[in-house]
Amino acid sequence: MRAKPFALVAGASLAVFAALLIAAGKDPFRAYADTLIYVFGNTYGFTELLVRMIPMLLTAVAAALPARIGLINVGAEGQLYMGAWLTTAGALAFKDEPAAILLPLLTLLGFVGGGLWALIPGLLRAFRLVNETISTLLLNYVAPLIVSYFIFGPWRSPESSSYPQSPAFSDAGRLPTFFHTRVHLGLVYALAGLIIYSLLMSRTRIGLNMRAIGGNAEAARRLGIPIIRYILVVMFVAGGVAGLAGMAEVSAIQGRLVSEVSPGYGFIGFLVSWLAGTSASGIVIMALAFALISAIGDILQITQGVPYAVVNILMALILFIVLSRRPSGRAAR
Amino acid sequence: MNTALVVGILAGAIMSGTSLLYATLGEIVGERGGIVNLGLEGILLIGAASGFATTAVTSSPYLGVAAAMGAGAAANLIFAYVVVSRHANQLAAGLSLMFFGIGLSALIGRPFVGALITGLPHLAVPGFASGGFATRLLSYDVLVYLALPTAAFTWWLIFRTRWGLGLRTVGESPAIAFAAGLRPQTLQYQALAFAGALSGLAGAHMSLAVTLTWADGMTGGRGFIAIALVIFAKWNPLWAVAGALLFGGAEGLQLQLQAAGADVSPFIMNMVPYLLTLLVLILWGWRRQATAPMALGRNFVGVE
Repeated sequence: MRAKPFALVAGASLAVFAALLIAAGKDPFRAYADTLIYVFGNTYGFTELLVRMIPMLLTAVAAALPARIGLINVGAEGQLYMGAWLTTAGALAFKDEPAAILLPLLTLLGFVGGGLWALIPGLLRAFRLVNETISTLLLNYVAPLIVSYFIFGPWRSPESSSYPQSPAFSDAGRLPTFFHTRVHLGLVYALAGLIIYSLLMSRTRIGLNMRAIGGNAEAARRLGIPIIRYILVVMFVAGGVAGLAGMAEVSAIQGRLVSEVSPGYGFIGFLVSWLAGTSASGIVIMALAFALISAIGDILQITQGVPYAVVNILMALILFIVLSRRPSGRAAR
Repeated sequence: MNTALVVGILAGAIMSGTSLLYATLGEIVGERGGIVNLGLEGILLIGAASGFATTAVTSSPYLGVAAAMGAGAAANLIFAYVVVSRHANQLAAGLSLMFFGIGLSALIGRPFVGALITGLPHLAVPGFASGGFATRLLSYDVLVYLALPTAAFTWWLIFRTRWGLGLRTVGESPAIAFAAGLRPQTLQYQALAFAGALSGLAGAHMSLAVTLTWADGMTGGRGFIAIALVIFAKWNPLWAVAGALLFGGAEGLQLQLQAAGADVSPFIMNMVPYLLTLLVLILWGWRRQATAPMALGRNFVGVE
């Protein structure tokens, strides 16, 4: 989607959202102004925007990759949680290792955790048992329960009495941050992921085969492309990328496993990828837009006591308008 | 296993199953018209929040139910406009509707967090109002008693009326329906309005009869379970009754075990409905997709 129409859509959505907030007795314009000041008023606010974008970029790739072979992965949220979960298992088990060993290990574990979780719907789909849309959605509700089970049970830190969480990671298990901000190495993971994704799709035989499957699976099968293998590998890699988002959240931001690793980054990632038409550059722009929206949500919650969840209305309005303007072509099924 | 536990599980199954049944019936009607609505979760939330808010303000749970039905239908009509008139991708529009519901319900429910309401009154079956287990097992709110008649009515509507025949034709092939002189888009609008009202009712049952509170995201994925139940029920309202009771039973069992202090983590037990849904879909999901309406998920753009 080009920049000018999107600005119009965003403007219209912001106006409708403002009307709703006024009806609820809130002051949307102060919230919008506060957000602009917070985000662009100083370097810290802007770097926080980047921090927010990291998991959105990664989960967007997790949705975009399967979309290219005609699969709808709405499960990045659960895959993110399982990546965070396996990362924590590694961080607690190998807490005495130096960073040079521990960080690559945790990255690998985050990837594998999310990847294996996505492999479940992948297998169910590949063997034509359950449609991946509904299975990924259902598994989103299971993964946070697994995380909660562990931090309320086996991994419960003795220091955390009222607010359960896992013991803190060792310093070697913390992903480095840049220039005294909270921007962390996950940004490099996200950008590398986007570049690899883009090159994979445009420059390699694998990408060509994936586009063939997405275009016409039956024709691709007759050409001899092993569709089942592609479904499994693509789902594993997509889940792995979402798992990296979870790894970065616990290793860089929280430093321990908490019950709410993500405020719905996985769902946002799906929408970012969808709005961007799965293009890598579009994903960056849409992630920036959604990071801004999510900042509005935080500002509303902090300064006016509006629940953060309310900002979902703004996202939905943008989506409704975009969907109404663009007739469904691809991804219809 | 003692009587109290069995009674508790059965009563729990009927209470949770009722909300699920209304939601499943709503989704069946929409899908019979060829439209998958992944935003059901959002409609449930809107129904739960608007029903609760209306009840808190007017102290009439029946007005709350009516408001929830109206709000559910209205929100579903936004979805209908986007997918029927604007031919938007149904899955993306459905997820957008889910986000809309999460946000709108949080906004509606915000002033009523922690509010106390008198929920839907329990009406005992005459002659059994003597206390004891019989009372617990035979005394429910009016929406429970209306659940089976609603399922039967929906079945009748889909399979025994001219309107239902038209709707099913649209779900199989909008082009043929159009050629036969029907108006596919009008039928889809009507189906989605009806579905929205039923789903809003389902949400209201959760907040006005089951929990008696409002909390953000309180429906906890039941909308997606209901969507899976549609497949389980082979798009048939009467089969949906069996499915809703089965899944309501899983929830009832979980609540009773928790109340009985069973030594199982509540988090593990909370996984049961989702895993059970997945298991049921694995056991006979894909094969049943052959019974799915042919044009499900596709948009009718028109015939030149």
